[in-house]
Amino acid sequence: MRGMDMHYVIIGNSAAAIGAVEGIRKLDREGRITLISDEAYHTYSRPLISYYLAGKIEESQLIYREPDFYVKNSVDTILGTKVVQIDCGNQEVVLENQDRLRYDRLLIAAGGKPFIPQIEGLDKKGIYSFLKLDDVKQIGNICTEGVKAVVIGAGLIGLKAAEALGELKVEVTVVELADRVLSTILDQTAAEMVQKHLELHGINFILNNTVKSFNGEENVCSVTLNDETIVECDFAVTAIGVIPNTGIVGGTPIQTNRGIAVDRFMRTNIQDVYAAGDICEGFDSLHNMNRVIPILPGAYMQGETAGQNMAGGSVEYAGGFAMNSIGFFGLPMITAGIGTPDCEGYEIMVSSVPENGIYKKVVLKDDKICGFIYLGNIDRVGILTNLIKERVDVSTFRDGILTDSFGLASFPGEYRKNKMLGEKAVRW
Amino acid sequence: MTDSNVKKVYAREEYCAGCRLCEVYCVTAHSRYKDDVVKAYKLDEKRPLPGIVFEERKPLSFALQCRHCDASPCTKACITGAMRKDSETGVVTNDRSRCVGCWSCIMVCPFGAIGRDERNGKTASKCDLCISTGDIPACVKGCPNGALIYD
Repeated sequence: MRGMDMHYVIIGNSAAAIGAVEGIRKLDREGRITLISDEAYHTYSRPLISYYLAGKIEESQLIYREPDFYVKNSVDTILGTKVVQIDCGNQEVVLENQDRLRYDRLLIAAGGKPFIPQIEGLDKKGIYSFLKLDDVKQIGNICTEGVKAVVIGAGLIGLKAAEALGELKVEVTVVELADRVLSTILDQTAAEMVQKHLELHGINFILNNTVKSFNGEENVCSVTLNDETIVECDFAVTAIGVIPNTGIVGGTPIQTNRGIAVDRFMRTNIQDVYAAGDICEGFDSLHNMNRVIPILPGAYMQGETAGQNMAGGSVEYAGGFAMNSIGFFGLPMITAGIGTPDCEGYEIMVSSVPENGIYKKVVLKDDKICGFIYLGNIDRVGILTNLIKERVDVSTFRDGILTDSFGLASFPGEYRKNKMLGEKAVRW
Repeated sequence: MTDSNVKKVYAREEYCAGCRLCEVYCVTAHSRYKDDVVKAYKLDEKRPLPGIVFEERKPLSFALQCRHCDASPCTKACITGAMRKDSETGVVTNDRSRCVGCWSCIMVCPFGAIGRDERNGKTASKCDLCISTGDIPACVKGCPNGALIYD
């Protein structure tokens, strides 16, 4: 079945969902697409919410695709409505208003949700997450100069929240359980450089500690840490982690581990049901296993793959690996793969100019790059990402990798020419 | 899947003398004074960076531009939707009004062909094949040695 008779239903409206629309439309211009989201907004970019909060962009600039995207791609939208049940037996999704929607192909791309551990006093007002546009709209209303905020978690989201709040002249204290900031992507040296940079811009840090209670009458007015320290605050942001939003498949036979289990075609164990993005366990080509890697490029590519397969294609997801590009107060950093190996068998090359905020670290195994951490000077690091992806033996040019002039000219002639002539299609 | 549908700029490295005029013509073509090198450099303080990466490892040198590749991982990694591959022409362009300079494109470009332009509000800078001029790319036109071909 194809064309007009086909009904694609997509749950979600972010990178994976949009990737799926674009993937479907590569192969099928006519089938009906219905996209459902519990948020009442045109597709917007989640990573941009901190830019919006800081006032760097307007709300109209949050859009992830042009305003006419749904019209151009013939997508019917049901926005601001929750899916309460997926009925695999009848091939239907049930909406909160009890409407039932029959699907021929279903994509579950409902993303992640904040992980919030049980902390005493969580029911008080003034405690926010930092994942959705509505979160930052609420936070934006109370941010005035001199207001105090506690951010719980010094991961990617926590530090982006801290940066935005700092730019709004909020007095920010970040509390982190680990011994360093961005502990999942940075090593000790890089983490200290980033922390110092953030401190120069007025952000305060308390490491090796966490919040055990929120205090106050109705509103939170302070937090108590594990060591009984009390930190005053006018509001708090929880940014401890993001977990797959798998509640949506509760009561269905769809196999779920940490995230929804999928194969290389982004199919779940149930016929005609696919999953993509932060909700699922996509293929990690570096660890050679399926696992949740909640990053936007992966979500888009998984969604695009799923979409093409839903429309009758046969496209394997090439797999991805952890990678992040992020910056704080003008200090950029890009990391990928295994940047901080926790066992033997890896070689490490480092070059660093701490006073200029520059740190470069490349991790190798068997003469192949398996990870890097670049801070300050991140120009052209995509070359390294691709060397990881293509598992290129770098033994003939490894000494040049950390130099500023590293580029395609450093490659052996044959490999360079293939690349530059573009005959070797680079597929993600 | 091949990249054969899009015409693009190829370097013939054996003819490249390393003069870097390609960069000068690229900057000029994307400045306020499209046909005037002197004015572009003397008067346009906001002239963009070259959309070219010049590489040299003597005696080897060449100019490298965005490959406008089919996979275009930059468009997939882009967090704002600013980096797009035109479905008709195959040309990859960055809409600077929507780019916030997160450098996700730099993270994934296998060629290292995307630059950071911090002068014009922190945006990604790359070759657009001079698509808006309707002419062949300025670097190709200006190369004195025929070291760049558009095919």
